[in-house]
Amino acid sequence: MKPYSSVLKLRLLNGMQYRSAALAGVATQFFWGFMYIMIFEAFYDQVLHNPPISLKELIVYLWLQQSFLAFIMLWFRDNELFDLITTGNIAYELCRPCGIYGYWYAKLLAQRLSSALLRCFPILIVAFFLPQPYRMTLPPSFTTFLLFLVTLMFGLFLLVAISMFIYISVFITLSPVGSLLVFGVIGEFFAGLVIPIPLMPSWLQEIAYMLPLRLTADFPFRVYSGHIPQDEALMGILLQLVWLAILVLLGRIALNKALQKVVVQGG
Amino acid sequence: MSLYFNYLFILFKSQMQYRTSFWLLTIGQFLVPLSLFAGLYFLFERFGQIKGWDFYEVALCFAVIHMAFAISECFARGFDAFSSLVHNGDFDRVLVRPRSTIVQVLGSKFEFTRFGRLLQSVLVLVWALNNLAIEWSVIKAITLCLMIISGVSIFAGLFILAATLCFWTIQGLEVVNIFTDGGREMAQYPLNIYQKWVTRFFTFVIPFGTVNYLPLMYILGKSEGNDLLYMLTPVAGIVFLLPCLLVWHIGVRHYRSTGS
Repeated sequence: MKPYSSVLKLRLLNGMQYRSAALAGVATQFFWGFMYIMIFEAFYDQVLHNPPISLKELIVYLWLQQSFLAFIMLWFRDNELFDLITTGNIAYELCRPCGIYGYWYAKLLAQRLSSALLRCFPILIVAFFLPQPYRMTLPPSFTTFLLFLVTLMFGLFLLVAISMFIYISVFITLSPVGSLLVFGVIGEFFAGLVIPIPLMPSWLQEIAYMLPLRLTADFPFRVYSGHIPQDEALMGILLQLVWLAILVLLGRIALNKALQKVVVQGG
Repeated sequence: MSLYFNYLFILFKSQMQYRTSFWLLTIGQFLVPLSLFAGLYFLFERFGQIKGWDFYEVALCFAVIHMAFAISECFARGFDAFSSLVHNGDFDRVLVRPRSTIVQVLGSKFEFTRFGRLLQSVLVLVWALNNLAIEWSVIKAITLCLMIISGVSIFAGLFILAATLCFWTIQGLEVVNIFTDGGREMAQYPLNIYQKWVTRFFTFVIPFGTVNYLPLMYILGKSEGNDLLYMLTPVAGIVFLLPCLLVWHIGVRHYRSTGS
């Protein structure tokens, strides 16, 4: 475990260096946050008989989405890893005395973590002081908050496990473009990034609930606002753990398969 | 002009060398806005309307903006990727050639894969027009064309402005995406659904309102007062290109090579 944790730490420090990029990101995220809230505000303007999610909960959802974008975006990628695979430098990675799955997992995890740590606090702090109706609200209780933290963390682990499949697929296709697109488009849609899952029609919601994707983003955010009650949240955490185990296992098998077939062209 | 077509031809050939990648990208460009459009559709299924605009009216708006964005990204991609040109010092080579810098930068990149996006928005446009009861006249058709042209020039202008910034900052700025990508997302909906200050900013500073709101009202028969005025508003979008080009020329004069 030790080499993995040091990779995590090093990458974390490395990622923290890009402060001005993070600042630019924060500005962009604010713009998107405001825009989405205004759009939904306009939609909610009309009288709705019991909407599936209240505007207040939706605003919390949207701000959390913007603050933790790095935790939930599948296209957030490491070009270094792609280059390793396509140029054949993967040979060096194979020489390292630690498992490649764990090593890459730690690397990707650190990247997302550092990027989110830099961005989420400024966004959240400002969002708490915005005038109504844009203001972010506190979770209904402390236990909800704790549950949110736990689900967010597991969601992140899950997302990294999913994103590993993108890298594994590049072993076969040798070009990240196609897999990034498919994973990106489908992933974002079913994680509730295009429209929040409660607002989808019910047949689509059923599909979304069957996939692990919504556990990475939609689920923790709704736990925070209390839209998902606590007992349901606990069930969700269990589901997250099951998915995590399945995906990591599958990922390891797939990676080993891919590595057995890997051909390194000299150079 | 013939030089530009030469550029295009060469770029097309070079992009065709990676056929699978090309098709995948094209399909992807088709799918990305499709998922956005699906989101839009589902929202309208749930809510019915947004501040008095119904689904097909917004779909028309969506189609026009995405079409404009796709076309301008096709053509003005060179400006979008301009930071690398400055960063690597390659802009020096552009300067020593006896042709206009704009033609050369325009010709430096051309994204044929954006046709996927274009196709998607054309389909949405056709679908929306089929389902809208519009009394068509020549003037309205012209207005629709003007809307698209105007949108293209606004996006192109924004790309040029963003590229000009690189002369000072050397590196590309992510913040500029607020106006290009953000403007696109925002202008998917008729501008009057937003708060007043947003509407004003995007009408008078960056004239998206003259693409998707004022002329749209005219086409849908929602406008009051002088029709001609509504019809001609897209021209403001085209005029927007002029100061952008001016700023570009100032930027070029300011350029200092980074070396290589």
